[in-house]
Amino acid sequence: MGLSMGLEEKLPSGFLLTTVEKLAGYMRKNSLWPATFGLACCAIEMMAAGAGRYDLARFGMEVFRASPRQADLMIVAGRVSNKMAPVLRQIYDQMAAPKWSIAMGACASSGGMFNNYAIVQGVDHVIPVDIYLPGCPPRPEMLMDAILKLHEQIGNEKLGANREKIIKEVEAAALAAKPTHQLNGLLA
Amino acid sequence: MTTFTDPYASSQETTEGRVYSVTGGDWDSLVTEIGATKEERVVVNMGPQHPSTHGVLRLILELEGETITETRCGIGYLHTGIEKNTEYRNWTQGVTFVTRMDYLSPIFNETAYCLGVEKLLGITNDVTERATVIRVMMMEFNRISSHMVALGTGALELGALSPMIFAFREREKVLDIFELVSGLRMNMAYVRPGGVAQDLPAGALSKIKQTVKDLRHNFKDNEKLLVGNSIWIKRTQGIGYLDLAGCTTLGITGPVLRSTGLAWDLRKAQPYCGYEDYQFDIPTTDTCDVYGRFLIRMQELEQSLRIIEQCVAKLEKLEGQPVMVADKKIAWPSQLSVGADGMGNSLNHIREIMGESMEALIHHFKLVTEGFRVPAGQVYTAIESPRGELGVNLVSDGGTRPYRVHFRDPSFNNLQSTAAMCEGGQVADVIAAVASIDPVMGGVDR
Amino acid sequence: MSEKGMFGVSGSGDTSGFGGLVNSTVITGSTQRPFGTYFDQVADDLERAYPLFSDAIEKVIVDRGELTLFVKRDRLFEVAKILRDELRFEMCVGVNGVHYPNESGRELHAIYSLLSITRNQRIRLEVSVSDQDPHIPSLVEVWAGTNWHERETYDMFGIIFDNHPGLTRIMMPDDWPGHPQRKDYPLGGIDIEYKGATVPAPSERRSYR
Repeated sequence: MGLSMGLEEKLPSGFLLTTVEKLAGYMRKNSLWPATFGLACCAIEMMAAGAGRYDLARFGMEVFRASPRQADLMIVAGRVSNKMAPVLRQIYDQMAAPKWSIAMGACASSGGMFNNYAIVQGVDHVIPVDIYLPGCPPRPEMLMDAILKLHEQIGNEKLGANREKIIKEVEAAALAAKPTHQLNGLLA
Repeated sequence: MTTFTDPYASSQETTEGRVYSVTGGDWDSLVTEIGATKEERVVVNMGPQHPSTHGVLRLILELEGETITETRCGIGYLHTGIEKNTEYRNWTQGVTFVTRMDYLSPIFNETAYCLGVEKLLGITNDVTERATVIRVMMMEFNRISSHMVALGTGALELGALSPMIFAFREREKVLDIFELVSGLRMNMAYVRPGGVAQDLPAGALSKIKQTVKDLRHNFKDNEKLLVGNSIWIKRTQGIGYLDLAGCTTLGITGPVLRSTGLAWDLRKAQPYCGYEDYQFDIPTTDTCDVYGRFLIRMQELEQSLRIIEQCVAKLEKLEGQPVMVADKKIAWPSQLSVGADGMGNSLNHIREIMGESMEALIHHFKLVTEGFRVPAGQVYTAIESPRGELGVNLVSDGGTRPYRVHFRDPSFNNLQSTAAMCEGGQVADVIAAVASIDPVMGGVDR
Repeated sequence: MSEKGMFGVSGSGDTSGFGGLVNSTVITGSTQRPFGTYFDQVADDLERAYPLFSDAIEKVIVDRGELTLFVKRDRLFEVAKILRDELRFEMCVGVNGVHYPNESGRELHAIYSLLSITRNQRIRLEVSVSDQDPHIPSLVEVWAGTNWHERETYDMFGIIFDNHPGLTRIMMPDDWPGHPQRKDYPLGGIDIEYKGATVPAPSERRSYR
């Protein structure tokens, strides 16, 4: 699982060598508590993912905390209307860092089929999103796939000075990136 | 106590007095602060994000101690503008929009819409019997899956955790059937104007028979857990009282109306889709409370299984019948099926429209790009969804797109009764009462 | 930059890709007696109970097996009360609004669907008002369930229901401008502001120009 360094097999038993980052990542990803932010149809599939057949408890995630203060992961499941958007932002702000978010479903990722006055065209207008999960609604297995990808991301997250370095690099890359209208695709 | 420094928890002066936002901290300090103002009433906001409010429902409660003096519902947090969006799509695409309104009973939304479109088209009698029986079967399965969510989440909100797991286990069996027949677990867009999108696959009927047997056996688990349970009875008997007069003036239908003793079910009173040919009962109780509605929902599950068995028997006799009206001008845009050429047309037809007839080419072009036309008029169709009367007001101007689609969703009316049910009771009973109404906010807000 | 081409959206904000065939929608015509099935009985009972029937009912349409009574707005309250008390239409199932911008003087229609449980009958009342004077008397005193329905019709169409106990927006946020389901309101709505940045309405965003 990427935690140990392989040196332990050569030494007398009882040792485990790892890095702080890997240990913290391991702890964080294996008991990630989701906040209940089920809005519409995707919420039902999220509940089905937490129920008996597609069990989220095997990943330590069956406790959907109602209070955002106790939650790590916000799965925005469903269409966010313009009336709900400030509430969404408030709940996200109330979550304590470290926090992650998954935009579950087409409506949360991009507004889905509802290109109208009432729906926020993607919750990334309102909160920062780590994983976008398409589907209408995504099957529980798709949701688990998204969660596992997020687990990988969390397990590999850097801390401390390394984290600052990564943030600076990502920002520099984004600022220097080629704008979409200049991209030429494979024919360039 | 962070009533002044937290950006979300500041207190403000309003026309109604001082409003506090509490987001954590010591309850005592809040109480002493309120005590200093000599206000007896406290307005509590059970905001749109709350584990026990069945979706994004905002309940504004005015409390005096533990008793509720006034309660209001704030809705609209899931308003999606579906009704306006349908005006910009053609009639078949309307099905995919409409199915996402009341997302726990998608087949009912679709069927109500399609029955309305068929009424406007005048083809109600041309819909084949096989299609009608398939619609009835899918509707009854949907009733079972919707009641499972209602029972499961209702029990969960009152603290019973196991019924939720059992209910979702049964629901998964029903979703397997949905996936087998239509391809999707939820929001299937399976019922189309004129029939259904595709026929049952091979082996579906035997799988359905097996599922019915399993469900009938497993419903007893939940019954044993809750029906005679003294804690459940204490929390649900006498709670959320709404008698017949209240129901009729508020326009409430469904299990809430049937818990007052009136056996009003549109499947028996104003039958549609051939419901007059099926044998089933209408469960009623006359206690007008949460426990009565819970019992009604449990008994409706068994009645739905009865109807499904009769549907399966009929379908075995109707093997080979088409599942869409014969008129291809309506059938093809409705089914949008992929044919031999990858686009839904037979090669003979392509030869005809490309080589022989200009008019045929024009017709084909208009049909593919715009869909079928519906003659002008206005229609109201109502069916019995798990929550009550689901009505559709359709207005057509003779074109290829709806002019106005309005859904009279049962949860919208039923939720209006929270004030009548909860005022004078205790805070904890609000949860039970709202759970017994079983509102689905997608239908309330559309 | 005035390119023309396939991409981009203008006008109504319709991104479905289908053309812009504009139909003028005026549903005309009036049905003469006999109406058929129970509609005659309903009309007779109403006439008997409400002597000003011919003054109040503008026209009657029986179409596709359904009866629609077009009522003048100042008589609506009395007709509704009589329908509830004498003709046993205990339940008002819902209130719907429709906007016909081409029918000048009668643009906004409010449609009340009524159900009689005792007699198993359904009828519909339709009231039309103009954009300049969109007032209709509220029927909350007759059927309490119309409370939220009238709020929704006000929110979506701008029809003001007089004597409504609390006519506010119910679906849209309380300070939303405009009435979204009117035909002259764009599908994409208004520009949304997020903490200082303004994002154009969804109907404008598919523009590749």
